[in-house]
Amino acid sequence: MNQQAQAVEPPVGTDRQGMDYLTSLPRRVVTVYVPLGAFLFVLLFPFYWMAITTFKPNEELLSREGNPFWVKNPTLAHIKKLLFETAYPDWLLNTMLIAGVATFLSLFASVLAAYSIERLRFKGSRYVGMSIFLAYLVPPSILFIPLAAIVYKLQLFDTRLALMLTYPTFLIPFCTWLLMGYFKSIPYELEECALIDGASRLQILVKIILPLAVPGLISAGIFAFTLSWNEFIYALTFVSSSEAKTVPVGVVTELVEGDVYHWGSLMAGALLGSLPVAILYSFFVEYYVSGLTGAVKE
Amino acid sequence: MRTQSTVLGRALDNRHLLGLVFLLPAAVLLLLFLTYPLGLGTWLGFTDTKIGRPGVWVGLENFEFLWGDSVTRLALFNTLFYTVVASIVKFVLGLWLALLLNKHLPFKAFIRAIVLLPFIVPTALSAIAFWWIYDSQFSIISWVLMRMGIIHEYIDFLGQPWAARFSTIAANIWRGVPFVAISLLAGLQTISPSYYEAASLDGASEWQQFRFVTLPLLTPIIAVVMTFSVLFTFTDFQLIYVLTRGGPLNSTHLMATLSFQRAISGGSLGEGAAIATAMVPFLLAAILFSYFGLQRRAWQQGGTDK
Repeated sequence: MNQQAQAVEPPVGTDRQGMDYLTSLPRRVVTVYVPLGAFLFVLLFPFYWMAITTFKPNEELLSREGNPFWVKNPTLAHIKKLLFETAYPDWLLNTMLIAGVATFLSLFASVLAAYSIERLRFKGSRYVGMSIFLAYLVPPSILFIPLAAIVYKLQLFDTRLALMLTYPTFLIPFCTWLLMGYFKSIPYELEECALIDGASRLQILVKIILPLAVPGLISAGIFAFTLSWNEFIYALTFVSSSEAKTVPVGVVTELVEGDVYHWGSLMAGALLGSLPVAILYSFFVEYYVSGLTGAVKE
Repeated sequence: MRTQSTVLGRALDNRHLLGLVFLLPAAVLLLLFLTYPLGLGTWLGFTDTKIGRPGVWVGLENFEFLWGDSVTRLALFNTLFYTVVASIVKFVLGLWLALLLNKHLPFKAFIRAIVLLPFIVPTALSAIAFWWIYDSQFSIISWVLMRMGIIHEYIDFLGQPWAARFSTIAANIWRGVPFVAISLLAGLQTISPSYYEAASLDGASEWQQFRFVTLPLLTPIIAVVMTFSVLFTFTDFQLIYVLTRGGPLNSTHLMATLSFQRAISGGSLGEGAAIATAMVPFLLAAILFSYFGLQRRAWQQGGTDK
């Protein structure tokens, strides 16, 4: 894609802004590179700090002498402590399982709902579409109290299932909204041809629409997975035993004990909990960005 | 058997009926875990329910109590302050970053990818990193400022009311700027370069191009992005819960953290639900704002208002 874009662009350093080549290099350094460098430094510094703290031995962490930006004697002690003396591996597994199931469930429900609203155009589908958009705007922080009561009544309290079933409430509206946009771009004629050839609606959905909407499915899936991975308030409220916790909640509630903070293992926990989403994201950046901006633009 | 399957088959060919069948999984999940709790939450706000004890209708008692409660008033002030300051700064910095990223840059795709990192990493976990950066004894910021001779003792970032407010706002801005920047960048990329060429031929300065070309064309998307940003910020929970739990002296309590404290830690579900319900009017105002922003978009693109 990049190569194509470059081929289309006119030569001699012009870019899409047209007149940028008129600005001199020193001016460009001051107006573009310096501020951009400052932005990148501030945005990335916490991650660097997380990583460097993870490998620092305690003596270096708690000393004000020497250069704090580098490690003299790197150690794996904090990671070892995290993996073998805490329930961290359980939390990691829980998070993956919960995020995976919630994503799958939401995609399933959203594909059907989006197809139904956008292509079947049944009576009242416009209003359903509107209410899905409104549902997207309901924040979890006003829902968690009544949801806790419902989860308790359904005897799901302190189970992973409670999170798998409640995460779709913020995932389905988002995924449906995103997929509706993708389905809209598929020509009706394809569907009509298949109908004339005797295909059922379900066959059309599975064999024609879904293959064409794969980029949309990936966008929605990646987005849903990272949102579930990052969820905090439901996981904090609905789960109380250590074995069922997710990474964000486990790190915040269990690794902080008393007044002595184990910064090394806390940072190791934050780093290891962030890496899986960061890696997943790095493979699908384009899909993620198109999901993010698509949802805003629609 | 045969007739049954044809009846079923004919029914499934009817798109109105099939539409409802396809809608079923999403509708069940959303009605049970979104619409019902939304109603239940509002109802709970008018009862004196405690954890483990069903409550009775008490009318406006919760709201009357909360209106006179100094902690709730402080939380309302904090939430508005937090939202207004963080949103304005996020907008200015986000727009600036978007304009920078829209220029011709080496490694553009790579830079855009890493800019979004703060947004995709779990907020609770990056908040822990900020907790460490803000530590009263080992803060790296204090260390640097000491070395540069700007301060003479370590700053207590999260221990003083106003310092804590600004520290949490800074962390929120750090997390929110990438979202604003990347969304606005997508909007910038839809503006045709020919407008800028025409403007510069007419002798428009760089500032005039920004003021009279970029800004008006970007307004609709700014409205939507900022509505989302305001919604997220107003209902923020994780950052405060991890960094300060509302302290010191309730100076960083937001409506969401206060309702968690009253309902879950304190056990007064009714009171907590009332605080959550009190957030709804503010959210509705933001959504209406977004609605009119979207309407404006239709005619700006040459379409008609519906």
